[in-house]
Amino acid sequence: MDPRMYLLVSSVLFSLGVLSVLLRRGAIVILMGVELMLNAANLAFLTFARIQGTAEGQIYVFFVMTLAAAEAAVGLAIVIAIFRLRETTDVDEVSLMKW
Amino acid sequence: MSGWDTFDLAATLVKVVVVVMGLQGLVAAMVWVERRVSAWMQFRYGPNRVGPFGLLQPIADAIKFIFKEEVVPANAHGPTYVLAPCVALVTALTAFAVIPFGPTIEIFGRQVPLVIADVDGGILLALAAGSLGVYAIVMAGWSSRSKYSLMGGLRSSAQMISYELALALSLMGVLLVSGTLRPTEIVEQQAGWFWNWNVFAGGWQLLGFLIFVIASFAETNRLPFDLPEAESELVAGYHTEYSAMKFAMFFMAEYINMTTGSALAVTLFLGGWQLGFPVPWTGWPLWILQLLAFAAKVGSFLFLFVWVRWTLPRFRYDQLMNLGWKGLLPLGLANVVFTALLVLYR
Amino acid sequence: METLAFFVLSVLAVAAALVVLTHRNEVICALGLAFNLVALAGFYFLLGAQFIGLLQLIVYAGAIMVLILFVVMLLNLGEERYPRRRQWIHPWLAPVATLVFAGVLGGVLWQVELEPLPASDPAFGTVEQVGLDLFGRYFYPFEVISLLLIVAMVGAVVMAKRRL
Repeated sequence: MDPRMYLLVSSVLFSLGVLSVLLRRGAIVILMGVELMLNAANLAFLTFARIQGTAEGQIYVFFVMTLAAAEAAVGLAIVIAIFRLRETTDVDEVSLMKW
Repeated sequence: MSGWDTFDLAATLVKVVVVVMGLQGLVAAMVWVERRVSAWMQFRYGPNRVGPFGLLQPIADAIKFIFKEEVVPANAHGPTYVLAPCVALVTALTAFAVIPFGPTIEIFGRQVPLVIADVDGGILLALAAGSLGVYAIVMAGWSSRSKYSLMGGLRSSAQMISYELALALSLMGVLLVSGTLRPTEIVEQQAGWFWNWNVFAGGWQLLGFLIFVIASFAETNRLPFDLPEAESELVAGYHTEYSAMKFAMFFMAEYINMTTGSALAVTLFLGGWQLGFPVPWTGWPLWILQLLAFAAKVGSFLFLFVWVRWTLPRFRYDQLMNLGWKGLLPLGLANVVFTALLVLYR
Repeated sequence: METLAFFVLSVLAVAAALVVLTHRNEVICALGLAFNLVALAGFYFLLGAQFIGLLQLIVYAGAIMVLILFVVMLLNLGEERYPRRRQWIHPWLAPVATLVFAGVLGGVLWQVELEPLPASDPAFGTVEQVGLDLFGRYFYPFEVISLLLIVAMVGAVVMAKRRL
């Protein structure tokens, strides 16, 4: 199995994550795009870990997963706090600090 | 699947068929057991019209489920509404794949371990299947587009993920004592007399065992933790809007989850298929005895589930969450510390 | 057999990611992402990393996505309405730029000289292999990340509470 196929899938998923962050307006869907990007990176990490045969890449995936959990929790807390104030999660609406 | 030949493949297929058929049959038996035992505890007769002692009652129920009219709410979200009971049943059945229900028997000169998937991270797979089962409830609650369903679904899934923590912590004690994640090895380490089981002197996991049992009551949404599906509270919670066959699938998934929880408790704490006393036989008589021992242990746990359901009152939702986070979690952590010290200084 | 599994899984993963990108209802987006994570766990199993695959199912698909689903359902947002009038350049710039980026990324990765995957080593991906490294060489980052989790937990609770 050519490892470049795994890397290709990883880059496709990463680009779809980037598109989700750029094109969607709901704050939670943007967070989901970020999660997609992190998972695509995890796939690339594991492909290289398999090529090397060590546990190093797997440990990085472990840390990325943990960090993604922490970031999702805090990010969702922020979204809830904003929703409580503005009754919307549309990122175009929360533009009070724009010039 | 490298290194597999046709015999291994055929053996696994037979095991899968046996387990799935066995679990479905167990669901039918549990329907009868639940109604007769609850009736016996409440000084009344249970179903006793359909066949001798009402033994054909589950068949009557199954026929009713098949022929009933399916009422689907008009603005339910189609794909998720249909997918939810499927996910429930699939995850419930998958969790049973790592449980060894018997010793390694010998057929045609080949060793056949009586477990469907003897993976390296067996216990983790059971936990993963339980975690994925939450999606079925969330999907069911949301797709029905009804207030009762949504509230019931959210409450039920919050309860399940809270008690997953306590469940995993209680398992950590067993992991520390056994040093492996494979259920087959954990069972083999509990050989000998019954005081060698993990719950007794084999691992001193009595506290872990109690936490595991309480947490699996909460995981399977059984009383005293069944507020999300109690009739007087939320009509029927997340499966309010489901009828006939889809409701039967949720029903089956709940009973199979109960069986998996009981089987895990038996495997990890009570010695699995080990007899608990030495017998002078080997070969087929011993293996049949060990299979029966496993069945008897799981059966007594299922009786415990039914017994507790008709004895204890229901927890209020905030009491339930308090117990999970402020009660079982610190106890689980204390158990892990205690077991770690035990392993260090044994 | 392995290539067949790979293609099925990649089709499922990309389809689920497309659902996340395009669907108007945020709950369906979240369910699509959950499906994508399960497909990725399948990829991890295919690569032989059993422990990480199981962790992906338990932690990512089983906990993080359920958290996101909870928040989406509790906020009860309804469907995303069609975009209002906005600057003419934005709807085109983002997809084009991303396509160019994806092309460059894929092209660069395709040029890398990699041998085919080595034969599956039974010791790779086991709990033991990861655990030995995690508590050996990477012990300090492990402790730091547990501190980070506590900080994140406290932060999330403080920010989401109605009244402190």
